[in-house]
Amino acid sequence: MNNQIESITAQNPSRRKFLKDSTALMSGLVIGFYLPIKGGRAYAADAPPKPVYPPNAFIRIAPDDSIIIVINKSEMGQGVYTSLTMLIAEELEADWSRISVESAPVAAVYNHTAMPMQMTGGSSSIPSSWEQMRRIGASARVLLIRAAAQQWGVPESECHAENSQVIHAGSGKTVSYGKLADAAAKLPLPDNVVLKSPKDFKIIGKPTKRLDTPAKINGSAQFGLDVYLPGMLTVLIARSPVFGGKVKSFDATEARKLPGVQGVYQVPTGIAVAASGFWPAKTARDLLEIEWDEGPGAALSTTKMRAEFLDLAKTPGAVARKDGDTVQGFKKAHKSISAEYEIPYLAHAAMEPLNVVVDLKPDHCSIWTGTQMQTMDCMMAAKTAGLKPEQVEIHTTFLGGGFGRRANPRSDFVIEAVQVAMAVGKPVKVVWTREDDMQGGNYRPMWSDHIEAGIAKDGKPLAWKHTIVGQSIVADTPFEGFLVKNGIDVTSVEGAATLPYVIPNVQVELHSPKNAVPVQWWRSVGHSHTAFVVETMIDELAHLAKKDPVAYRLSILPSDSRYRGVLKLAADKAGWGKKKLAAGHAYGLAVHKSFDSYVAEIAEVSLENGKIRVHRVVAAVDCGIVINPDGVHQQIESAIVYGLSAALHGAITLENGRVMQSNFHDYAPLRFSEMPQVEVHIVTSSEAPTGIGEPGLPPIAPAVANAVFKLTGKRLRRMPFDQEKFV
Amino acid sequence: MITITINGKKTKVDADPSTPLLWVLRDHLQLTGTKYGCGIAQCGSCTVHLDGRAVRSCVTPVSMASGKQVTTIEGLAETALGKTVQAAWQEVDVPQCGYCQSGQIMAATALLKETPHPSESEITAAMDGILCRCGTYNRIRAAIQKVAKHPLLAEQSGGAK
Repeated sequence: MNNQIESITAQNPSRRKFLKDSTALMSGLVIGFYLPIKGGRAYAADAPPKPVYPPNAFIRIAPDDSIIIVINKSEMGQGVYTSLTMLIAEELEADWSRISVESAPVAAVYNHTAMPMQMTGGSSSIPSSWEQMRRIGASARVLLIRAAAQQWGVPESECHAENSQVIHAGSGKTVSYGKLADAAAKLPLPDNVVLKSPKDFKIIGKPTKRLDTPAKINGSAQFGLDVYLPGMLTVLIARSPVFGGKVKSFDATEARKLPGVQGVYQVPTGIAVAASGFWPAKTARDLLEIEWDEGPGAALSTTKMRAEFLDLAKTPGAVARKDGDTVQGFKKAHKSISAEYEIPYLAHAAMEPLNVVVDLKPDHCSIWTGTQMQTMDCMMAAKTAGLKPEQVEIHTTFLGGGFGRRANPRSDFVIEAVQVAMAVGKPVKVVWTREDDMQGGNYRPMWSDHIEAGIAKDGKPLAWKHTIVGQSIVADTPFEGFLVKNGIDVTSVEGAATLPYVIPNVQVELHSPKNAVPVQWWRSVGHSHTAFVVETMIDELAHLAKKDPVAYRLSILPSDSRYRGVLKLAADKAGWGKKKLAAGHAYGLAVHKSFDSYVAEIAEVSLENGKIRVHRVVAAVDCGIVINPDGVHQQIESAIVYGLSAALHGAITLENGRVMQSNFHDYAPLRFSEMPQVEVHIVTSSEAPTGIGEPGLPPIAPAVANAVFKLTGKRLRRMPFDQEKFV
Repeated sequence: MITITINGKKTKVDADPSTPLLWVLRDHLQLTGTKYGCGIAQCGSCTVHLDGRAVRSCVTPVSMASGKQVTTIEGLAETALGKTVQAAWQEVDVPQCGYCQSGQIMAATALLKETPHPSESEITAAMDGILCRCGTYNRIRAAIQKVAKHPLLAEQSGGAK
C-alpha cells in the first residue's frame, strides 16, 4: 500500500494526489496504514481500530460522522494540532465539534512540504502546510459533494457542503458526511480544487480553543514519559561528566545488589542501569563506581573560551555580507562606537526531561518518544539496530516542550535508547534525569560578537561592521550541505547578515570555532543572539544621534518595510513617548524579523532591589494571515517568557570540562512572580502566513536591555543580565 | 506493603518506604498525570494533595503518605472545586505543551480550597513554585481569578468555613 502514497506538495501540483486508490477502500487495507496513538497504555494486544473513510492519509470520516484528522507535525505546545486541523476543516466544511486529532506515523506522505523528511521546526508548520492542508480538505469536500450528487442524480453544481453535510438547494435534501464517505472514497481524486477566498473563511482567523486542552487538564495527555509497556524496564545511564569522555572501567557490585535492579550494561554513551522503575534505577546508578577516560574535553572552560572568542572577534572572519566599503565608511563617519557582547550557552530545559521507550524485536523496532525529527530518528534507529527503516515504527507522543532539543540532527537520544534496548534485550524506557538533561549538551551555542558602527552628521548610520564568533550548529550533521554556504552557517548569522536598516557600508563576518560541546538549535536559533546585539547597538546609535529610538528606526528602514508596521503598532499601543509611566519605570524597544514574521516589543522595566523587573510587554506582530489569533497570542506570550528566562537568568558554563549547572535551582527559568503582563497586537494582513512559534523571542532581550539603559545609563552587553550589579 | 488511599481508593503498594510518592504513583500504579520535572522540589510538576494540602511528590517518601489521603490530577474532578478549577482552565485555554499543568492545577486547587478569594499576592505566592517553560503564567492567574469569582464556589467555600 505504501507505493500508493504520494506526497502532497504545494510546490508540485501535478503530484498533488493523496493516498488513494480504489483497492484502499477495503477496511483491511485501511488498517494496514492505521497506526493510532493510544490513549491508554497497552499496545500490541489492542484490537484493530474500526475502519473509517475516506481512507486517505489525513482525514478519516467514520459512519457516525466523527472525523479524525491525522497530524504530521509534533505538538509541543505550539498549537499545531489545532491550527492544522483548522486549515483542513475550513475547506472540508466540517463540523468542528466532531473532530479529533491523531499523531501521524512515519511515512513519506507525511514529509514536510519543503524537505524530504517528516519533522517539525523552524516555525515552518503553518507556512509550509497552509496550502497543502487546505487542498486536502477541499479535495475531500469535492469528493463528498460528488458522491451525494451521484446518489441523488442531480448536478454537482446544485449541491454544496456545510457542517459535515451535503445539501441540495433545490430539493432541500441533505446527507451527512458519514453516510457519503464510503462512496466518496471510491471516486477518483479531483484534479483541481478551488480554494476559498479569505473573505469566506469561517474557521481560519477565528480565535479557536485548542483541541488538546481537555487531555492536558485531566492528566490523560500522553507524553513519552507516560508510556508503559508490559515487561518494560526503566533505564538510567551514567554518562561521562565531560563531553567526549569514555568509560575506562566500572564496578557495579553494589548497584546490582539493590532490589529491583535487573542488570547493568556498558553502552556506547556510558553505563546503563536497568531496573523495575525510576527510583531503583536512580538509586543504583548513584552506587556505580566508574573511572572515566575524560579526554581533551576535561580542559574545557567557558571562561577561557570566552577570552579566545573575544580575541577571535577582532580578527577577519568569513564574510557573510558585504555592502559598500566599511573602511571608507568609518573614515567618513562623524562619530563611531564599538562594543563587544558575551552570550552564553543555553540549555533548552523543557519541562519534560528527555526519554525514549524502545521495544526491539529481531525484525522490528517500535519507538515511543516526543520527537520533532521522525524520519531522521527512524533512519538512525534502523541503522543502529541493523534493521530497514520500514521495520522501525515511531509513535510520536505529546512533547513536554521541544524548543529545538527534540529535533536533534544526530538523533542522539533515540540512537542511545536503541543501543540500550540491544544491550538489555527487553522493552526499555530510557529516562534522563533533570540533571542528565541539563548537563547533556546540545546547547544553544555560546557567542561573542564585536560591532563597530559609525554615523554621519545627520545621525544616520554610515558604516556597520559586525563580527560573530560561535560554533556552527549544523557542522558535521546531515544539514551541513544545505545550511552552510561558502563557509557560512546561515543559522549563525541570520538576523545579522539580514540587517534591515539602510546603511551604505555593511560587513558581517563569522568565525565558527570547533570544540567538544555539542550544540543545537534553540528556540529562534541564530536570532536568539543576533537580535540582542543588533537591536541594542541600533539603540546606541539612536542615542548617539540624539534621536528617539522609534523615530530613528523608522528613519533608517526602507519605506516599504514590514518592520515599520509592527514598530508603529507597538509604539501606538504602548503610548510610546506619550504615556506617563510610574516613577522609576522606563520603556525599551526592539524590532526583529525571524522566520519571515515581524515582531516589535516594548518592555516596561524598573529596578527593584537592584534587580531588573519587567512589568509589561507590548508586542506587535505581523505574521501574515492569522489562522488562530488565540494561538498567536499564546506563542508570543510563550516566546517572551522563554526569551526573558534566558535574558535575565540563563547560562550554562563549564569549568574543567564539567557543566556547572544541574537543575532549576542554578538554571532558573522565569517564575510566576517574575511574569510581566503581555499584550499582543496583530497587524491585519493578506500576505501568506509565516512562522509564529519563535519570532516573539528575539526582540525581548534587547527591548529589556534598552529599557535598562534608559533607567540607568548602563548598556547591557552580557547575557544573562542578572550578573550585572545595579546600585 | 504500604497502604495509601489514592483518589478515594485504598491501595497496597510493594515499594521501599523511601521511594518518592511520585514514582509509586507513576511506576507502580501508572497514574501518569503526575509529572516528573526536577526531582528536587524546584519545579512543582509533581504536585499532589496529601490530606488536601499541596505537596511535592518527588521529595515525599511514600511512607509519609501511609494512612493518608492522596489526591492526584486523575481524581481531582471528584470534588466540586476540582471540577470548577478544570473548567476555568478549559475556558481560559491555559495549557500549551501541557506537561506542567497537572502540577499547576493541583497547586491552584489547594490554594483555592484554603483561600477561596485569594489576593494577587496570595496567588503569586502559591503559584511561584510551579515552573512553566511555555509561559502560561498569565492565563493561570486568569483561570484562578475566574474560580475565585465563581458564585457557586464562593458559597460552598463560605459554607465550609
